[in-house]
Amino acid sequence: MSTALLHIDKVNKHFGGVAALSDVSLSIQGGHIHGLIGPNGAGKTTFFNVMTGLYRADSGQFSLDGQRYEPSSVHKVAQAGIARTFQNIRLFNAMSVLENVMVGRHIRTRNGVWAALTRHRRAREEERQTREHARQLLDYVGIGQFADYRADSLSYGHQRRLEIARALATEPRLLALDEPAAGMNLSEKQQLRELLEKIRDDGRTVLLIEHDVKLVMGICDQLTVLDYGQVIAQGTPEVVRHHPAVIQAYLGASAHV
Amino acid sequence: MTALTILQNTAPRAKFGLLLFALALLLAPWLVGSAGGNAWVRTLDFAMLYIMLALGLNIVVGYAGLLDMGFIAFYAVGAYLAALLSSPHLLAQFPALAAALPAGMHTPLWLILPLAALLAAGLGILLGAPTLRLRGDYLAIVTLGFGEIIRIFMRNLDRPINLTNGPKGISSVDPVQLFGVNFARTQEIFGLRLPSVYLYYYLFAAAMVVILFACIRLQHSRIGRAWLAIREDEQAAEAMGLNTRNLKLLAFAIGAAFGGVGGALFASFQGFVSPESFSLNESIAVLAMVVLGGMGHIPGVILGCVLLAALPETLRASMGTLQQTLFGQVLVDPEIIRQLFYGLALILAMLYRPAGLWPARTGGAR
Repeated sequence: MSTALLHIDKVNKHFGGVAALSDVSLSIQGGHIHGLIGPNGAGKTTFFNVMTGLYRADSGQFSLDGQRYEPSSVHKVAQAGIARTFQNIRLFNAMSVLENVMVGRHIRTRNGVWAALTRHRRAREEERQTREHARQLLDYVGIGQFADYRADSLSYGHQRRLEIARALATEPRLLALDEPAAGMNLSEKQQLRELLEKIRDDGRTVLLIEHDVKLVMGICDQLTVLDYGQVIAQGTPEVVRHHPAVIQAYLGASAHV
Repeated sequence: MTALTILQNTAPRAKFGLLLFALALLLAPWLVGSAGGNAWVRTLDFAMLYIMLALGLNIVVGYAGLLDMGFIAFYAVGAYLAALLSSPHLLAQFPALAAALPAGMHTPLWLILPLAALLAAGLGILLGAPTLRLRGDYLAIVTLGFGEIIRIFMRNLDRPINLTNGPKGISSVDPVQLFGVNFARTQEIFGLRLPSVYLYYYLFAAAMVVILFACIRLQHSRIGRAWLAIREDEQAAEAMGLNTRNLKLLAFAIGAAFGGVGGALFASFQGFVSPESFSLNESIAVLAMVVLGGMGHIPGVILGCVLLAALPETLRASMGTLQQTLFGQVLVDPEIIRQLFYGLALILAMLYRPAGLWPARTGGAR
């Protein structure tokens, strides 16, 4: 087993008197799909927002690829190498599909105002590479034929793929997906699953927050279960499935297996 | 599939359009001048200035999506800078300066324009920095206040040191003098008689084309895409690693720089600046041009400028005679009707073309 790609240690977050997260720790192995699950209100989204810099944690340590990072602002986390998607899809609607992905290349490219005005040779070359890279990513997620369409004219499933392509364009070390299967029908879910497996098999690491237990159990290498802001179980899907605390959290105290 | 909008490949059409645009730009003063005389060419000169302003504002409002209601402040700053640097006003206030410059203060235009652009850009950043956390209406209110503050400054900076000459304004600003050609006099070029307004027209048109070129190149660049992304969804843009603060400041600075250049040209053209030229109404007029034409779409913005610059003059000229022929007398002051129709035109545009008269087919897509 390789060392942890993402290591988060003892994160605490309070909203007023409510402890939304208490001592939550999480380690994600490189090349894994790591699932983060839990009942409604367990703190999944809060955790996600803390690790991506939207909320400030009260305490806790974060390291990515062995390097400490401080999730102090959203764009710095993205630059550090964590790209995210949103629970309710957030695309740049009035822009073309291709341009959406090209925006994802922003932090890996350098052209500034001078390059834009003069379009000197290096600037043109970078722009060409950006376009090329974006096209490849669109093909990779399977929506290459829609490159010139408006982003909001795509179907729901395709919009989700576009969001993933846009996140991949930032060359993330960790791809963090917030409930990507929400609102999808069965065949869309199946296609999403195949895409995520392809992404994993290409050596990328994925953090998946998901409600759909069937999807999570089928696809994840490791799971972390949250309840009331605490980690109640961690391990492979098989271990987690039979963990008494998980069963209690999902089915209630009276259920015994 | 029918609901999907397919982007047309407009490359050959765009070339044809560009050619048509260049031709119209070259011939406009002659067509307008022969039909209505020099007064109308003067309106055209102002239309060019408005296009420069609107293109600058379009970067802030149309691309980055930041509603700026005080844009005229940058125009004012450019105009006052040009006025101070090329009129006797400063020398009259500071005898020491007058002794140092016995020939008078006559800064050439090629020096004034970059200075005006720089100063306005600096002010743009100064305005942008504290307001970045605000969005939409709140940003509009703060920028509106900023525009008024600049105007009031200009009005009151005649004490304790007379810098702007207060409400009286600064007069005898040097006319533009380029390559030994004095733009204030009628010039004879290749046997062609070019009155002052024609000369200024071509100068302004040239400056406008430079700004237009910059806008087009910026829009289709990494920076332009980032601006559009911020406009479309700021949070998602940030999640892509975009430093939204710096990008917004950049939009403010570049937009303001274009406004400053327009202002400097305006001062040399008028030969006179006063705070009254830079009222809130002007800010709103420029914003109306951007919105009426189609925010974020350059051809639309230009169309909006030409229409809104020409409409008041057309109405002013036509409403008196129209009433004469219809009723035999002038019942309502043409000036009042002009305002009414101007408002009506804007309301109709809002009702029937809410995205503008000539909106972009897809935001930034070619």
